[in-house]
Amino acid sequence: MNMGNPEKEMRKGKKGMPLEGLRVLDFGWVWAGPVVGQLLADMGAEVIKVESRKRLDFIRIFPPFAEGKPDPDGALFFHSLNRNKLSITLDLTQPKAAELVKRVVEICDVVIENFSPKALRNLGLDYPALSQVKPDLIMVSLSAAGQTGPWRDIMTYGPSLGALAGLDSLIGYPKERVLGWPMAYTDPASGLLAIFGIMAALYHRRRTGKGQYIDLAQWEATTALLPEFILDYTMNGRVAGTQGNRHRHMAPHGCFRCQGEDAWISIAIETEEEWKDFCKVLGNPPWCEEERFASRESRLHHQEELNRRIEEWTSSCTPQEAMKLLQGASIAAFPSNGIGDILKDSHFEERGAKVAVDHPKMKGEVLYGLPWKFSRTPGSIRRPAPLLGEHNRYVFCQLLGMSEEEVKSLEEEKVLY
Amino acid sequence: MAKKALEEIKVLEFGQFISSSYCCKLMGDLGADVIKIEVPPDGDSARRYGPFPQDIPHPEKSGLFLYLNINKRGITLNPQVPEGARIFRQLVKQADILVENWPAGSMVTWGLDYAHLTEINPRLIMASITPFGQSGPYADLKAHSLNVCHSAGVAKGIGSLGREPLTPPGSQSHFFGALNAAAATMVAFWEREKSGEGQYLDISEADCWAMLFNGVWYSRYLYGHEEVSRMGHRTNLPVYPWAVLRCKDGFISATAPEEAQWQRLVELMGNPEWAKDPRFENRVKRSQHADELDERIESWFASRGKAEIFAACQERNVPFSPIQDIREVVECPHLEERRYFVQIEHPEAGEITCPGPPYKLSETPWELRRRAPLLGEHNEEVYRGLLGYSPKDLAGWREEGII
Repeated sequence: MNMGNPEKEMRKGKKGMPLEGLRVLDFGWVWAGPVVGQLLADMGAEVIKVESRKRLDFIRIFPPFAEGKPDPDGALFFHSLNRNKLSITLDLTQPKAAELVKRVVEICDVVIENFSPKALRNLGLDYPALSQVKPDLIMVSLSAAGQTGPWRDIMTYGPSLGALAGLDSLIGYPKERVLGWPMAYTDPASGLLAIFGIMAALYHRRRTGKGQYIDLAQWEATTALLPEFILDYTMNGRVAGTQGNRHRHMAPHGCFRCQGEDAWISIAIETEEEWKDFCKVLGNPPWCEEERFASRESRLHHQEELNRRIEEWTSSCTPQEAMKLLQGASIAAFPSNGIGDILKDSHFEERGAKVAVDHPKMKGEVLYGLPWKFSRTPGSIRRPAPLLGEHNRYVFCQLLGMSEEEVKSLEEEKVLY
Repeated sequence: MAKKALEEIKVLEFGQFISSSYCCKLMGDLGADVIKIEVPPDGDSARRYGPFPQDIPHPEKSGLFLYLNINKRGITLNPQVPEGARIFRQLVKQADILVENWPAGSMVTWGLDYAHLTEINPRLIMASITPFGQSGPYADLKAHSLNVCHSAGVAKGIGSLGREPLTPPGSQSHFFGALNAAAATMVAFWEREKSGEGQYLDISEADCWAMLFNGVWYSRYLYGHEEVSRMGHRTNLPVYPWAVLRCKDGFISATAPEEAQWQRLVELMGNPEWAKDPRFENRVKRSQHADELDERIESWFASRGKAEIFAACQERNVPFSPIQDIREVVECPHLEERRYFVQIEHPEAGEITCPGPPYKLSETPWELRRRAPLLGEHNEEVYRGLLGYSPKDLAGWREEGII
């Protein structure tokens, strides 16, 4: 590519943050809500996180901590998902606090929340209430099962949502028990869809002056990512089971043991040419010539035996050696990395996976970088995650024009808490 | 017809399989005018993927294709030959957004990279979705969704220790990349409304996993000195319960990190004597005796079905849920009441049922406006109607394999 340094070359014209001038109120907690605010803030929006000492965001009490001991301002998981945001503290169970939320909403464009559907309704802060004070408001609710339907009020965590969505039923070794995915893929996947929806709604607002409400069920957003399995059932009545590393059409398609501790290489072969090249890299052992491995269909049918043979070869080298040999023959092969591998990897380094940020509780803390590369107006990390209530004065005095005395007395009443 | 959020936005999709298709589907679903470009003679590789009705392969009946390409118009064009590239540039001239997912460097080879296209259309937003991005040591390496997951640390957290790490099912790297590209493109589009200028977005599927999915665990590795690992049906976090447990007719996803939730579960199980053991007094201690607790809970689950456990747990605010298989998802009464699945009539495949709205927008609802296009279905409409070519031009291109 004509890209000695594509970013430098293409970064001409108007600069600045893409979402400068946009203000967002973020009720988000744990992951699905906060990641929406985080990405919008990374791209330049002013994102105000609403939280309370009365019920701390779960990830403010989740280890590890900056100074080794529990401290809501030192929770490192929290730091990554809330960088670039401002924090105000409001005990929403107090009527005065709910009134203050409405005043903040009046000066916001977007509200994000991921509570269960009844939470904000019970506090008088649901969309009908908030759109009264801000008629062109755009609000997104990322609930488990949506705002309507018989299961709307269910309580879940990310993994239990993957369970309802059908995702977990597919995860495990072939023909063995379901293991599920203990991480919450539903959170970032739903968060990204929410951003798309918010931006589309903002565009619509710009043209028509109208706001709107987005009811996003994380379960539904996730089931939408499983079409091949859904359609195999609706077309053919087939209920897919645990998939392992298998693929509908490719064989070999798996992950194989290499030399070293917990060392593996993933290999995927799509065409007959690739299969021939693969055999060549292996030194054309006699089993490669066997009839049962001669065609893709037949290899798919005899995957277990095929994988055993391949593993005999991969076990003799390290993942890096295997990758070098296979990629050298244009075969898709990659080691199975852990977090430590990513953090030491020169490719991810060059792509900006790590950004060091000074936080009052930790100097040079490593956070994850911005996954999207914009040629002209990239986002940035401009400030560390906020301390609890760090921006009460900025928001209530500077933005809303309240006096220092008012704010002080609200703190004493534990409305700002 | 309902109001459309992205009305009048013109999107060109040039790619294959999943990532560019799902990205542009999201745009088409909200009313953007998406023209999907397929390379003749075979078109999008998703046409050959399936599943197919009765397992009989047919390029117009692939379930994956039929789902990923609703709400789009489809044309054929081979921009790898000069005349095709010329027509491609004409299409780019009138587009707001171009999304492509060819291997890094391909668009340069064809003279269709951003540097060239921005000269024709300075307002163009172009997004490329690739396994490893357009720069960095891995940019030119070959990878499928499987390899991308493994490279970016996703698989190391799925499966059992001592056995191979597992990927999430159904080419999730491509879906996750598509979601990222869609969100990023709309952010760039918003910026264009202010500045009047386009830009180029380099979206790497591996970056998306490594940062947006796994980035939250960096601190746990760097400062907590814990690597992600595979604990089979349980989490590797020091929390219990956070596991998939057996019951009478399947599995329950049993995640309940808060102490009050555990107490309510114990109550639900009838306050058994064993639960008073100080070894189980908090979630960290419980995680150290997880095998024993699995057995205790599973023996209570053994005589009860998923539905019964789900109802009883939710009634007491214990956040357990059933592992639903694909049939149960499709037949789920909750999704039915939310009209989640939609039926689409297709001239070749007949009626298909697939997921409909992934979210509900109050003013500009998701809407099924078009089924997936047949190969080259809108050639006439686009080349003649939009670009003003004659039937003779089209006939010539057809002959030369350009369309």
